[in-house]
Amino acid sequence: MIRAVIVMNTQGKPRLLKFYEFQPPEKQQELTRSVFAVLSGRPDNVSNFVEADAIFGPGTRLVYKHLATLYFVFVFDSCENELAMLDLIQVLVETLDRCFKNVCELDIVFNFNKMHTILDEIIFGGQVLETSSERVLKAVEEISRLEKSASSVSFVPKSVSGRFGR
Amino acid sequence: MAATFASSSSPSLIDTLFQRSLDDVIRALRSSSSAALEAAAIARALDEIRREIRSPDLDTKVVALQKLTYLASLHHFDMSWAAFHALELLPSTSLPHPRAAYLAASLSFHPSSTDLLPLATHQLRKHLAPSPSNSPALAAPALHLLALASSPNLARHLAPDLLPILSSQSSSNLLRPKAVATALRALAVCPDAAPILFKPLVECLSLSSDPRAVSAAIGAFCELALAAPDPSPYLPLAPEFYRLLVDSRNNWVTIKVLKIFSRLASLEPRVAARIVDPVCELLRCSPAKSLVFECIRTVFSSLLDHDAAVRLAVDKIKEFLASDDDPNLRYLGLQALNMLGPAHSWAVEDSREVVIQALNDTDTNIRREALRLIMVNLCDSNVVDICNMLIKYAIKSDPEFANEIIDSVLATCGRNVYELIVDFDWYVSLLGEMVRNPHFAKGDETERQLVDIGLRVRDARPELIHVARNLLIDPALLGNPFLCRVLSAAAWVSGEYVEFSRNPLELVEALLQPRTNLLPPFVRAVYVQAVFKILAYSFISFIEQIQAGESLAIGNSLNQRGKQEGSDLLAAKSSSDQNNAFEIGHGVATADNAILFDSIEKQEIFKHESISCLLNLIETVVGPLSECDEVEVQERARNVLGLVLIIRGTQFWNIEEEHELTRDNKITKIVELMEAAFSEELGPVSTNAQKRVSVPEGLILNENLSDLLDILGDDGISPCASVSFSFRNHHPTETNKDSASAIEPNSLLSEHRKRHGLYYLPMDNDKSESNDYPCASEPLLPVSHGEDTEDIVKLPAQSLIPEKEKPTRTRPVVIRLDEGDGVLSANLATARESKHDLLSGAIRDVLLRNEKKPSSMHETSPPDRTSQRRENDACENSELISQQKESNSFGDREHGNSSSRKSRPHHKERIESSEQNEEKSHRHSGKSSRHHRRHKHRQREDAPLDIVPQAPVIQDFLL
Repeated sequence: MIRAVIVMNTQGKPRLLKFYEFQPPEKQQELTRSVFAVLSGRPDNVSNFVEADAIFGPGTRLVYKHLATLYFVFVFDSCENELAMLDLIQVLVETLDRCFKNVCELDIVFNFNKMHTILDEIIFGGQVLETSSERVLKAVEEISRLEKSASSVSFVPKSVSGRFGR
Repeated sequence: MAATFASSSSPSLIDTLFQRSLDDVIRALRSSSSAALEAAAIARALDEIRREIRSPDLDTKVVALQKLTYLASLHHFDMSWAAFHALELLPSTSLPHPRAAYLAASLSFHPSSTDLLPLATHQLRKHLAPSPSNSPALAAPALHLLALASSPNLARHLAPDLLPILSSQSSSNLLRPKAVATALRALAVCPDAAPILFKPLVECLSLSSDPRAVSAAIGAFCELALAAPDPSPYLPLAPEFYRLLVDSRNNWVTIKVLKIFSRLASLEPRVAARIVDPVCELLRCSPAKSLVFECIRTVFSSLLDHDAAVRLAVDKIKEFLASDDDPNLRYLGLQALNMLGPAHSWAVEDSREVVIQALNDTDTNIRREALRLIMVNLCDSNVVDICNMLIKYAIKSDPEFANEIIDSVLATCGRNVYELIVDFDWYVSLLGEMVRNPHFAKGDETERQLVDIGLRVRDARPELIHVARNLLIDPALLGNPFLCRVLSAAAWVSGEYVEFSRNPLELVEALLQPRTNLLPPFVRAVYVQAVFKILAYSFISFIEQIQAGESLAIGNSLNQRGKQEGSDLLAAKSSSDQNNAFEIGHGVATADNAILFDSIEKQEIFKHESISCLLNLIETVVGPLSECDEVEVQERARNVLGLVLIIRGTQFWNIEEEHELTRDNKITKIVELMEAAFSEELGPVSTNAQKRVSVPEGLILNENLSDLLDILGDDGISPCASVSFSFRNHHPTETNKDSASAIEPNSLLSEHRKRHGLYYLPMDNDKSESNDYPCASEPLLPVSHGEDTEDIVKLPAQSLIPEKEKPTRTRPVVIRLDEGDGVLSANLATARESKHDLLSGAIRDVLLRNEKKPSSMHETSPPDRTSQRRENDACENSELISQQKESNSFGDREHGNSSSRKSRPHHKERIESSEQNEEKSHRHSGKSSRHHRRHKHRQREDAPLDIVPQAPVIQDFLL
């Protein structure tokens, strides 16, 4: 299964963290730091895999992609195929790119909820669900449509009108 | 701002109207330039959130929760205090509210830290229920929360609610794959849910299912089969998996199927024969590298008997290794080769050049993998060449990789009591060489091996002491903290095996050289002890020399004659014409002379003067150490000084002839004593030696130890008592001593420099007092990789080929103790958690008796669902039977029958074992005992039914 998805920038600031096995906040911080320490030491144009036994426990590996100012990192175990994981990062990035039209770090910073929605359509509970960015996009758009229609019903906060009515 | 007007206790309208959104908070965080400002901004945001989240207005609450979730997730703040507020938002009818709540909960909830989730059971059930008003946009996050944060109890309660989603057949159902993933996690936390969840999971594999559901289900089975300590319960599903392997066009699915088959192949040998053709087909035709790689892995892990498949896979690896533009493929290719092991070293041999080139890759992963590959394929005929090459290469590589090389050379050569090493002289000198690598940092293992070889291999001792001497004598090594362990071993070797030394006096000098004060005390203690041994040996040899005086006299006269002849020959050489025969004779004579001179030198070591000189040196240097702070050093220094006193007391300088020895039998007594002290040879100790000591009868261990504590507690003796003892007499003189030791080495140092100028730098740029000595060997600047490549290519062409010729040397005896070391590791395997056994057991129940319905959960599931399941069962059974027929048509029936006959007792036994496991876990976990009782109760109900003969529904697809 996939143990974690980490998106962080090249300064080590996390932009998206998802751990599919529960980690308390301090541990999350520690793990993110160690991953960054490993990645920042690697030059470009080398292989994208890192054995992560020391960070995430025996048998785990880490695959990453360095794109612009961001690292996209997937942590996985022996149930997953290395090259398939690399492809999956591509799927995620592609989806983000289509969703935000030329994605950049700022999009990811300001769309915390949407990032999670997208990720949850691709990976669910550590299992890969969807590998077509088109279908992911469709599902995400459907959800945001529903959310919008739900909130547009009460454009003025209900409670405010309630209070004034009192 | 609004926050200042609001009262801190209750949220007001102002809060609601002027609430900062998540984006506002993010902007505030981004605009804070320093870490302190950011911390302040976060603190302010948290203050606001604490107030806002208690607002009765749900919109205010949800924004607060979103902000909190953001801060908790990306700035690592604990948000467990807000768990209840998140749950409060779940029932809201506005879609964004529960979705925000689910996101917060799935990121922060866990049974170990949040015990509130059971409060949401009802709400979760409502969101999961299939109704038109419920959109997947709510059910999906509900499933997600269940997958990530559910406790065993919650999983048990909500498992029946997953069923309608799991078994829905409509292909438009986007929830089904999510439910599959959730069911997998539910099974992991609560194996008891297997009777309910397992069958729908199996159904998801069927042809009619939505491809995404199939993909999710195969992923789930892959997870289950790979995690289970015993995957045999999944063997009956092999036909389904095989069908997917052949029919599926989805690479993700095929990869997972291959993984499952690799796991199953170890259980059932016929699996391999069955999958080899499809796997080869995929290897040949698939354009997807990930799938090809998975096929290679499958071949190497379970199809090694099929030569054609192995060759095909090796060819594919060559393609991987040749892809210059993709380091990932090169890395994975090397890694796959590593799976093959020494039995297929031909495969490595085929790509020898690429592998050696890879040692020089810019990518550390690839270098490391290549190193591992080379080490795995090391054998006794190529170990010398390859290790020499690697150690030379290590000098030029970067510090980290240099140590990795050294580490792997040490580990591989030391493996299984040096089984690879034939020529120990070579290995010992290699150890001496690698120590001089400027980046060397593997002192501990080198120390262990130097001592260990000394103990185990008698024939290696002369070379060992030669290497030790070269290490000890070099003053530059003393300043390197990584080398002190190695020097400690060298010192020990020099003391223990001094009889092989050509020049013991030189050793003592090296051991007492001024810069030894840089060594940590525990190493110094070893040094002093080595001096003690060498002194004892020298004195004994001196006395023995006198005892053998008669024969010595004869030898001396012989020597005289030899010298005479030598000079005659020289004279003859200069005067006469040279013919060949004469030349040969001359050569022989000079060789003889060399040996004779050598022996004279050796004998002359132990003259009176040399012994007195030795004693003086020892007294000068070791004297101050008898006042040392460190008890170990102090004690040993005093021992040595004591020995010096005794030897001086014998007035040995008066002794010339043997009869004088007999006159003074004090000396012979001392010699006898000292010989007795060191004559016993030290040997290796088995790791299990302690276990073999039988406890004497009547001795009760583990008793009365508490009494001991009382006794100790009474008089308050603490370990520091001994320390104060050591300080006792030199406390007042401490400052004196310090200044003395600061001055004294200077004179010694200059003297040492005079003697061993070779090892010192020229005077002008060397400050003799300072500790910054030159490195042991000049660190070569990291050479650019381009240059290195040439060197590497020039490496012996045969380096990886195991040479066919027999080694010319016979391997010396290596003392090995009986192997009992495997015992420890065997216990570890059984200590694995029993949870998966539980799950396997439960799944076996489901698969092997799927005629019977699991009855335990019926009270929780509505009756209509049960009937539906019954229908499903019926149709599945018919399907299975038809498959059985089909599979039987593959081969002869007899075989199939025999296997089914075989499988029955097997399966019964398994159930027993799973019951045992359950009992075990029952004992351990008091928490879920209630449930276990129920579960066991069910099993007891089932037990009598078991007796009814009933053909197990495992069809033998393999035939």
